[in-house]
Amino acid sequence: MDRQSRDNEWSELMRASIAGDGAAYKRLLADLSRTLRATVRRGFAGVGVSPNDVEDVVQEVVLAIHTKRHTWDQTKPIGPWVMAIARNKLIDDLRRRGRRTEVSIDGMLDVLEAGGQDDAIHASDLRRVLANLNDRQRDIVQAVAVDGHTAKDVAERLGMTEVAVRVALHRCLKTLAQTYQDKPVHETPIQKSPLQETIK
Amino acid sequence: MKTDDLINVLVADNATVEPPVSRTLVLALLAGASVAAVLFAVMMGPRSDFAWSIVNSPRFIFKFVLTLGLAIPAYIIVQRMARPEAKAGRTIWLLALVPLMLAAAVLLEMYVLPSDHWSVYMIGSNAKYCVSFIPLFAMAPLAGALLALRRGAPSNPTAAGAFAGLLAAGIGATLYASHCVDDSPLFIAVWYTIAVAMITGLGAFLGSRLLRW
Repeated sequence: MDRQSRDNEWSELMRASIAGDGAAYKRLLADLSRTLRATVRRGFAGVGVSPNDVEDVVQEVVLAIHTKRHTWDQTKPIGPWVMAIARNKLIDDLRRRGRRTEVSIDGMLDVLEAGGQDDAIHASDLRRVLANLNDRQRDIVQAVAVDGHTAKDVAERLGMTEVAVRVALHRCLKTLAQTYQDKPVHETPIQKSPLQETIK
Repeated sequence: MKTDDLINVLVADNATVEPPVSRTLVLALLAGASVAAVLFAVMMGPRSDFAWSIVNSPRFIFKFVLTLGLAIPAYIIVQRMARPEAKAGRTIWLLALVPLMLAAAVLLEMYVLPSDHWSVYMIGSNAKYCVSFIPLFAMAPLAGALLALRRGAPSNPTAAGAFAGLLAAGIGATLYASHCVDDSPLFIAVWYTIAVAMITGLGAFLGSRLLRW
């Protein structure tokens, strides 16, 4: 698929998502995260980071796409918007590591290699956020995240209202966004075997 | 936690999408400008010969060419910079017209006025008011613009804040200009410039602090 038609497809999916289509949103985010993984890996070329670090940035970008999706102008192609967000987050991350801050996005969109192998990687930041939630909140997030339940299902299972479940999820995402913002400068990368990590 | 897990959470959170940032900006600016207009009406109001001057006095009219010439392009730029992929673009040349027009007007004014009048016109009668009321009337529009930009995703927070400052200063200066009796370009070039620069600087500073995301 060339850049143009992929862009059209993403734009189409994002329009449907904003209109409330969850299935389209899931497909879009899965698709974007695969492309972004390649993009981020390329942005880190020569920096020497672990796959965890790459995945942290991928997740940070995906979260920013989510919280800022109302800043996409629906009449414009979505590719440059996505890449601008990725570029900002990459620069932030490199700056925190005290690295060069010039990231070229030329050709970033042309990267089509899929990072399917790394889908199993557990990133560190999100795990840390989860560790700080209370049991109820963590149950909710886990049920949605790992088991793929809808907010409605979770509400029924835990005997809560759907609104309360949604609020808890939204709050968790806000905490996560804040965690990214507050990340210390010159953070030493955490070296752990990704496979040993669990969601807890 | 895996990225696919995060995606599940985001999909469950899909209903929380905010209104388009361009609409938020318009509403925030309308609110800010209304507060400024009320403040202006209560504190001073337009000058008594406003209706006559807006038709007959080129110097008076020119003040609004400048202040609106600042506010309108600045609005277009702010609206664009609220999005991550956007840049100021060619609209910046429209903004550059303002100092050029002002410089031309200053030269013209110096040509038509005898040189011993220059300093009188430049110092005017309201300089102190000018540099305090323009920033005062710019405050609410600046707050509105910055709040809206916080909802946005500017790639360059400092620049976005500075243009928000220019926009707010343009609104504040438009209000103040309709009251002030000092119409000479010599006065504008000194005092309005100082007031606009203050607000632009404040916008840039606040932008660099508040607009990271």
